[in-house]
Amino acid sequence: MKHEIIIAGFGGQGVLSMGKILAYSGLMENKEVTWFPSYGPEQRGGTANVTVILSDDKISSPVLNSYDIAIILNQPSLDKFESRIKPGGTLIYDGYGISSPPLRQDIGIFETDAMNTAVGEGNSKAFNMIVLGGMLKLCPMVTLESVMKGLKKSLPERNHKFLPMNEKAILRGMEIIRAVG
Amino acid sequence: MKLTEIINPQNVVYKKPRLMNDRPMHYCPGCSHGVIHKLIAEVVDEMGLEEKTIGIAPVGCAVFAYNYLDIDWQEAAHGRAPALATAVKRLNPDKMVFTYQGDGDLAAIGTAETIHACNRGENIVIVFVNNAIYGMTGGQMAPTTLLGMATATCPYGRNAELNGYPLKISELLALLDGTCLVTRQAVHTAAAIRKAQKTLRKAFENSMAGKGTSVVEFVSTCASGWKMTPEQANRWMSENMFRKYPLGELKDI
Amino acid sequence: MKEEIKLMKGNEAVAHAAIRYGADGYFGYPITPQSEIMETLMEEKPWETSGMVVIQAESEVAAINMVYGGAACGKRVMTSSSSPGISLKQEGISYMAGAELPALIVNVMRGGPGLGTIQPSQADYFQTVKGGGHGDYRLITLAPNSVQEMADHVALGFDLAFKYNNPAMILSDGVIGQMMEKVILPEQKPRKTEAEIRREQPWATLGKTKDRRPNIITSLELDPAAMERNNIRFQEKYKKIEENEALYEALSCEDAEYLIVAFGSMARISQKVTEMAREEGMKVGLFRPITLWPFPKKQLKEYGKKVKGILTVELNAGQMVEDVRLAVECAVPVHYFGRLGGIVPTPDEVFGELKKLCK
Repeated sequence: MKHEIIIAGFGGQGVLSMGKILAYSGLMENKEVTWFPSYGPEQRGGTANVTVILSDDKISSPVLNSYDIAIILNQPSLDKFESRIKPGGTLIYDGYGISSPPLRQDIGIFETDAMNTAVGEGNSKAFNMIVLGGMLKLCPMVTLESVMKGLKKSLPERNHKFLPMNEKAILRGMEIIRAVG
Repeated sequence: MKLTEIINPQNVVYKKPRLMNDRPMHYCPGCSHGVIHKLIAEVVDEMGLEEKTIGIAPVGCAVFAYNYLDIDWQEAAHGRAPALATAVKRLNPDKMVFTYQGDGDLAAIGTAETIHACNRGENIVIVFVNNAIYGMTGGQMAPTTLLGMATATCPYGRNAELNGYPLKISELLALLDGTCLVTRQAVHTAAAIRKAQKTLRKAFENSMAGKGTSVVEFVSTCASGWKMTPEQANRWMSENMFRKYPLGELKDI
Repeated sequence: MKEEIKLMKGNEAVAHAAIRYGADGYFGYPITPQSEIMETLMEEKPWETSGMVVIQAESEVAAINMVYGGAACGKRVMTSSSSPGISLKQEGISYMAGAELPALIVNVMRGGPGLGTIQPSQADYFQTVKGGGHGDYRLITLAPNSVQEMADHVALGFDLAFKYNNPAMILSDGVIGQMMEKVILPEQKPRKTEAEIRREQPWATLGKTKDRRPNIITSLELDPAAMERNNIRFQEKYKKIEENEALYEALSCEDAEYLIVAFGSMARISQKVTEMAREEGMKVGLFRPITLWPFPKKQLKEYGKKVKGILTVELNAGQMVEDVRLAVECAVPVHYFGRLGGIVPTPDEVFGELKKLCK
C-alpha cells in the first residue's frame, strides 16, 4: 500500500508538525516514509505545505504530480491543490478558512469543523490533531496506537504531559468529520 | 690565552637559540623579524614547549617563518591565521598555539578573523609585527601606514581623505573581553629586546594557563620598504612610529 | 550509542552521522537551507560525549580556515554551507587541495547566481567538479539522493579524504537537506587518539617530537620546478582516484532503450519517471552517478552503447550533460532537461520530456 498526501495551509497552523506526526506514525509501523516540506518564507499566497508519503515499498520521488489525499486548511491551498488530487482521491478541508468550496465531482470531499471545535473547546493548540483525526477516520492508514507512539517520539519529553489531550483531539476529529454533498 | 680556551661553555654569555636552525634568513638587513623569531625560539625552549608548540605563519614577509624555527608549522592563507589557530587550540587544548602576522595580514585582510578570535578569548598568542608597510609585495600602503608616509600605493604620502587613518588595532583589541594581555613592544635596543622577551613569555604562559587571547604587537622597521639604512630606520621608527603607536601595556589582567 | 533507526531531515542526519563517525570538529556559519546541521550539533553537545568540537565561526571564510587548521593537525574536521557560502570557502578549499589536507565539506545547494533563492538547485555542479577555487585541483564529490545517503556519505567522504589526503565534498540540495526520511544511524565510533593520528598521519602538526623533523603544512612552493613536481604528484593521485573510486547506481538499465542520467534529488524524481515509463511499456533505465568527481565515465560509456538516447535531468541550465556527452563519446544522442532558479520539476514534467525524446 502507498499513501501520497499533501497537507497545506497557512504557516503556524501546524501543517508541518501534522505531517511529521503522520510520518512518525508510519515509521512506528515499519513503513517507508518521506516528509518533504516547502521551506523558508513562503512567497506564493502565504501557504506552507508538506508532502508525506507512507509506503510498504521503497519510495522513489518525494515530489509528486498528484495526491491520494489533500488536507487543505486555507483558500490559497485549495486553489493550488484541488486540481492535483487523483480521481477517486480524498479532499479534507477545514470550513473556517474556505470561502469558495471545492467543486470536483470525481473525488470524495469531506469537511471538518476543526478550527471552531478547537477554539470552542478552549484548546486551539489541538487544531491540527482534530484535522488529523478526521483523516484517520476516513483513511485508517496507521493505527491510533502508532499515532500515539509517533507523537511521543516527535514531542520533546517535557511535552509528554500533552499526550492525553492530543489523543482526545484525534478522537474528537474522528467524530466531527463529515462528507460534503 | 688561546682561542679554544675562550670558546668554552662556561664562558658563553650569548648564543643562538637551540630551536633556530642554520638556514640563512631571507629577511633584509635591519629587519625586525629576525630578532622577533629569536625571541619566540627562546621562549618556547625556556618553557619546554618544543613538542607542544604549533606556529601559524602568515602571508607577508614572515611567510617563510617556518623555515627558521624547528617546530611544527602551518602556513595560513592571507589573514586567516587566527582562524587556523582557533581550530588547532580547540582541538588540542594542551598545545601551545601562536600566530605570527604582519600589519596587512592582521589589520587589513584578516581583521574579522583577528577580532573574532580575540573576542572568543581563544587561548592563543598573536604575535603582531607592525612595520606600517607591505614588505613582501614591494612596499605598498598598510592599514598602519602613518599619515604623510610615502609608499608604492600612496607615493605622495598617506592622505586621510583618500586613504583613511592609521589603524590602532591593538587599542581596539584591548577593548574586547576575550583578551587578557595586549601589549606593544619594540626590538630596537638591547633593553627593549630583553623587555619584549619577558612580555612574550608572559603571553605564552597566559595561553597555557587558559587565560584568553594575548596580543603582542612589535612596532618594527622595514628598512627596505622605508628606503632607509637600518640605522636610519631605527631612528625614524623611534621618532615617528612610537608617537602614533606608543610602547607599553594596553591591557594586562 | 548503538545503531538506531530514526526519522529526520537530511541536514540533521549529517550532524548525527558526523558525531557517530568520531569527527573531531565542525566549523560553520548559518545559511539556509542547511542551518539545521550546526543547530543539531549544538543541541546534541557532542563535546560532552565524543569530545567533538563545534564552533560557530564569524564567516564562511573563517570556518573553512578553521577546517584547514584542524585538518593540518590530522583531525577529522568538517564544515557545511549552501551555495553563496561555498563560494566564499573556495579559497580555503584550494589551499587544502594544495596542502593535501583531508576534510569534509557539505554543500546543500540553493538557486543562484548571487544571493539567488533558498529553494533547491544543482547549479554548483561546475563549481564543484570543474574547479571552484584556483589552480589545477580536484575535489572528491559525493551526491547523496536520500537522507540515508546524507548520513552514509559523511563516513564515505571522510574515508576517501583520508585515503587520498584530499578534501571531499557532499554535494546535496535543499530537497535532500530539508526532507525527512527513515535513516539508520551507525554505532558511535571513538575519535582517533593523538597517538593514532601521529602514527596514521605522520605529517600532522601536533608538535615536533625529538624523533622527527618539523612538520610544515603549506601550499606554497616558490620554485616552479618543485611546484611542477607537486602538481604532477597531485595529478597522479587524481588519476588513481578516477580509476578506483567512481560510484554509481544503475536501475532498470540492463534492457533499457533509453537512459535518464540524474544525480541527487533529481535522481529520485527520475526514478519515479522510469517507473511511470515502465508502466507504459517503455524500456527506460536510470543511471545515477553517486560520485560526480570522479565521474563514472567508463560505466556510463558501456550503458551508452546499448541505448538509443540519453536524457540528463538537472536543476541547472545543463552542466552534468557535458560530462555525460564526454563519457559516451558521441555514440548516442544526449539531451538535457532542467528547471532553474529553485524550481523543482514534477515527475510528470520530466516524463513529458522523456516521451518527446522516445518518439
